[in-house]
Amino acid sequence: MIVAEQKPLTEIAENIKDAQKVLVVGCGGCVTVCLSGGQKEVDILATSLRILRKKDGTPIDTATETLERQCDKEYVDKLAEKVQAADCVVSLACGVGVQYLAERYPDKVIIPAQNTKFIGGTTEHGIWEERCALCGECILAQTGGICPIIRCSKSILNGPCGGSQGGKCEVNPDTPCAWTLIYGQLKRQGREAALGEIFPVKDWSKARDGGPRKYVREDVLL
Amino acid sequence: MSDPATQDGRKFTTESKLEKLFARGEFVVTSEIGPQKGASADSIIHHTAESKTYCDGFNITDNQSAVVRLSSIAGAVHILRHGGNPIMQMTCRDRNRIAIQSDLLGAYSLGIRDVLCLSGDHQSFGNHPSAKNVFDIDSIQLIALVKMMRDEKRMLSGEEMKDEPRFYIGAVESPFGDPLELRVMRLAKKVRAGAQFIQTQAIFDVEQFAHWMSLVRSAGLDQRVNIMAGVIPVKSLRALKYMKENVAGISVPDELIERMAKAENQQEEGKAIAVELIGKLRNIAGVKGIHIMPVSWEAVLPEIVTRAGLHARPVID
Ligand code: SF4
Ligand code: SF4
Repeated sequence: MIVAEQKPLTEIAENIKDAQKVLVVGCGGCVTVCLSGGQKEVDILATSLRILRKKDGTPIDTATETLERQCDKEYVDKLAEKVQAADCVVSLACGVGVQYLAERYPDKVIIPAQNTKFIGGTTEHGIWEERCALCGECILAQTGGICPIIRCSKSILNGPCGGSQGGKCEVNPDTPCAWTLIYGQLKRQGREAALGEIFPVKDWSKARDGGPRKYVREDVLL
Repeated sequence: MSDPATQDGRKFTTESKLEKLFARGEFVVTSEIGPQKGASADSIIHHTAESKTYCDGFNITDNQSAVVRLSSIAGAVHILRHGGNPIMQMTCRDRNRIAIQSDLLGAYSLGIRDVLCLSGDHQSFGNHPSAKNVFDIDSIQLIALVKMMRDEKRMLSGEEMKDEPRFYIGAVESPFGDPLELRVMRLAKKVRAGAQFIQTQAIFDVEQFAHWMSLVRSAGLDQRVNIMAGVIPVKSLRALKYMKENVAGISVPDELIERMAKAENQQEEGKAIAVELIGKLRNIAGVKGIHIMPVSWEAVLPEIVTRAGLHARPVID
């Protein structure tokens, strides 16, 4: 899932300081699952903004809505009336949802309320970890199902570097060294000899470095 | 470009002085200079003048510890101009494959003949922790790239070039890094990629290093690459403890800490320890040289080399 963390209230408040009617929009997708942008967080944020502005002597009206998904035109369309009635819209979706709102309602100021962090999952309740850098050409088959692009601090493909110690990464003693994990995994499967081969340079044009990516599936085009 | 130089009837891959010395069977001594954090080469020039007859080459570091300093290419040129032999360090942290290849071409055109390929310390350790890193290619891919440019006269893209850079290729290895089995496998990988000499991380634990060397010898790697054991002369107990506790890949035995703690003059003890370490390391089968890293204590190099009996450095005509 996409993992996002709510921005500090003061930053959100600063970005809506000229508005009197604020629409706060959540998303029922990833950010609901990672407890940062679902219905519950929408209500809390709207209330917090109202209290803050009341204290400042510039009270606001808030409206709220949580869409099934903000990264989907169909759902975003349904917001039209509420958006028209507001001076500005605060989105608790990931960066994609914010942009879908901005594209659909170009005359309105759309404010992100989240820092979209990474794609990953929970390792235990309340802890999320990154697992994939969306590199566009997955190599997990060769690396024992452990991603060196994102889990190695230097994205090394022929690791580990000299900084790996006691199974931990030199960058942070709380982070396992991805290459120690990869070695352990391949060894368990009797495949560690493969690490003797030089892993070729990666084609980053398939990743973000190639510019914004687009994926077209002819078979489902209307 | 000229054909690889020949001497004593041998064919050399490069014009590197280090390559010739190793080929002649000399015990090679290299050292290290860290450039200043400023637009001046005074310290590089000073250390070159002071120590150039005490070693066969100076590593010139590439923004080590991710701290911005004068560039390793510029530093290497200053060393050259003042009669020293530079070994240019190149990390993968700050350059993509375009900049790396361009810098290799430029460095070679300026007379640099030796390159040391490294991953590079992560930027979080340096003075610009909010920097974006590159790591487009890794250190093993860099080694293979330098070799490809030299031996196939091709760029990474496969495009041919007329005037290829002919570098003697070095790499580093951390004998005490984890996991140990993988370390030897990875050294083999570096050699396969094209590494011709290896400088190791600083050794304080001779026994553990000797064990690693035995694994290296069983894999036949000492016959395929020139291994130089790393030594850091340490000025104080504090510095020694710091390395034991904070530097990945460095293992300091407790006896050494105790010895330093008891010493009346820690600087003198530090020199004595370095000299002894060199004596022991050079006798381990397969060790072809010593790499002395006098981190912010460059002035100590002549004394240590002399006391280790390595001062008269061989001359190549
Ligand atoms: S290899 Fe690429 S696609 Fe696969 S998990 Fe890693 S970043 Fe994601
Ligand atoms: S210690 Fe491991 S995870 Fe960290 S940068 Fe080095 S190889 Fe990558």
